[in-house]
Amino acid sequence: MLLADANSPVFSWNLLADFQEMWAYPFMVNAFRAGAIVSVVCAVVGWFMVLRRQTFAGHTLSVAAFPGASLAILVGVSTSLGYFGFCVAAALVIAALGRKGRDAGAEESAVTGTVQAFALACGYLFISLYKGLLEGPTALLFGSFLGITTGQVLLLAVVGAVVLAVLAVIGRPLLFATVDPEVAAGRGVPVRLLSALFLVLLGAATAEASQITGTLLVFALMVVPAATAQQLTGRPGLSLLLAALIGLACCWGGLIAAYYQPYPLGFFVTTIAFTGYVLAHLGRALHGALGRTRGSSFGLGGAA
Amino acid sequence: MNVLTQPFFQHALLAGTAIALACGLVGYFLVLRAQIFTGDALSHVAFTGAMAALAGGYDLRLGLFAATVGVGLLLGGIGRRGRPDDVVIGSVFAWILGLGAFFLTIYTTSRSGAQGGAGTTVLFGSIFGLSSGQTQLAVLIAAAISVVLLLIARPLLFATLDEAVAAARGVPVRLLGFGFLALVGATAGEATQAVGSLLLLGLLAAPAGAAIRLTNRPFHALALSAGLAVGEMWGGLLLSAEAPKLPPSFAIMATASAVYAATFLIRPSRAARPVAA
Repeated sequence: MLLADANSPVFSWNLLADFQEMWAYPFMVNAFRAGAIVSVVCAVVGWFMVLRRQTFAGHTLSVAAFPGASLAILVGVSTSLGYFGFCVAAALVIAALGRKGRDAGAEESAVTGTVQAFALACGYLFISLYKGLLEGPTALLFGSFLGITTGQVLLLAVVGAVVLAVLAVIGRPLLFATVDPEVAAGRGVPVRLLSALFLVLLGAATAEASQITGTLLVFALMVVPAATAQQLTGRPGLSLLLAALIGLACCWGGLIAAYYQPYPLGFFVTTIAFTGYVLAHLGRALHGALGRTRGSSFGLGGAA
Repeated sequence: MNVLTQPFFQHALLAGTAIALACGLVGYFLVLRAQIFTGDALSHVAFTGAMAALAGGYDLRLGLFAATVGVGLLLGGIGRRGRPDDVVIGSVFAWILGLGAFFLTIYTTSRSGAQGGAGTTVLFGSIFGLSSGQTQLAVLIAAAISVVLLLIARPLLFATLDEAVAAARGVPVRLLGFGFLALVGATAGEATQAVGSLLLLGLLAAPAGAAIRLTNRPFHALALSAGLAVGEMWGGLLLSAEAPKLPPSFAIMATASAVYAATFLIRPSRAARPVAA
């Protein structure tokens, strides 16, 4: 089902030649473009998400992406529409309920677990009603980089640009409201509105990530780069930049590996991202053990 | 021709009843102990374990139970000391699922005669595909889980409601927590065969959540949770038999979710929680 039959390309360590070979295929160029857009947008949004401790909301949104995409396939409209529609709608619902997520009581977690399982079951129903999907739900769940059209790349770029632009406008008050909501509210920052707006941005970013890594592995591009960057440096601007770079490295590294190996893209992206995360933790622990001899330049080694 | 007399439906009914019973019992304590996310984590592990076993050429259930029980014990071991936060959990389980996708591809591409739907089967279950041998084993394991849980139900409830007092009265709180997580692992392995690893969370959470809303008395709620789970399983199987277009996993989940939603309509005002968990 993958490229293994296409003369089985072999990775030579000559990167220039490799890229020339890969980019001879238009779909690989599209995959790299889409990967770059998605990973940067997700890393930036995910950075705020990790800071705001809303990983749980991100998980719920990514689950909503699966029935969205499968319903779009069943009805016969573009999957992008299903992804964005369901994720943004789910974000609005979460914002309206105004739940705390992490500190939820026993009953609320039972509700969430049921809702997630029901959403996945609906996705499965749509998939099984639509018989034509050859690979079954695995491509939707674990990601695929084949068949990304130029139109989809354009849509990803437009949505990504809008998300980043809105985030640039609200970034500073959002950071304020995240770090100290009470003081921010006292100073006249619209904390509730910002939180709702951020959830919508999160929904859009989740929808973008789902199209690359699949709905189950969204965390690899949303949470892990941001968590890694926040391990390496405490300065907000620098770690934001670092998160975007790590996300890009994971995504492109995963694409290169998936081109040469017949295994799914999601596996490579999660593995690279997780390795970086573990290295960052190890580096930090080592750094702490050696004492504070050198500055933050040390930690950058774990980013690759 | 009546679908209800077909052997595949009777196998599904038998195995489903046993599995639902175990899920209802274990799920009640899972919700009460606020460990739903342990169940979520174990469902991810179940997929990877099953796929690893298939890729290695072993029986699917061997990997399923080894992975879920092993990780259940592991979570019990690390849970008490450093409580890992959700960023760590999210990162680890994204990777574990990625690994599952990797094993899935190894299995479908390298083994000749491998059916391509194996991944879908593990993720979303295929209760109508159980053979009589598989049914027997599933019933036996589910019965064992239920018996063990009922035996430890009283001290476990005590340890759940008031851990400090229970420990002072000589209840082995830590051992109970450990044993309970192993039971949750075994239940996750069982439920994967019925509704699949992605949906088993609903089978654990929905009947228990509904039972907790309906009654305040712990043992009534425990019995109600098990009863609801079995009833929802029957309802789902019948629904799926009547409307063959609906996959059984979806029908079971839909019934469970509908029952849970109905409990919100019946008693919307009361926040029925027996304890401050």
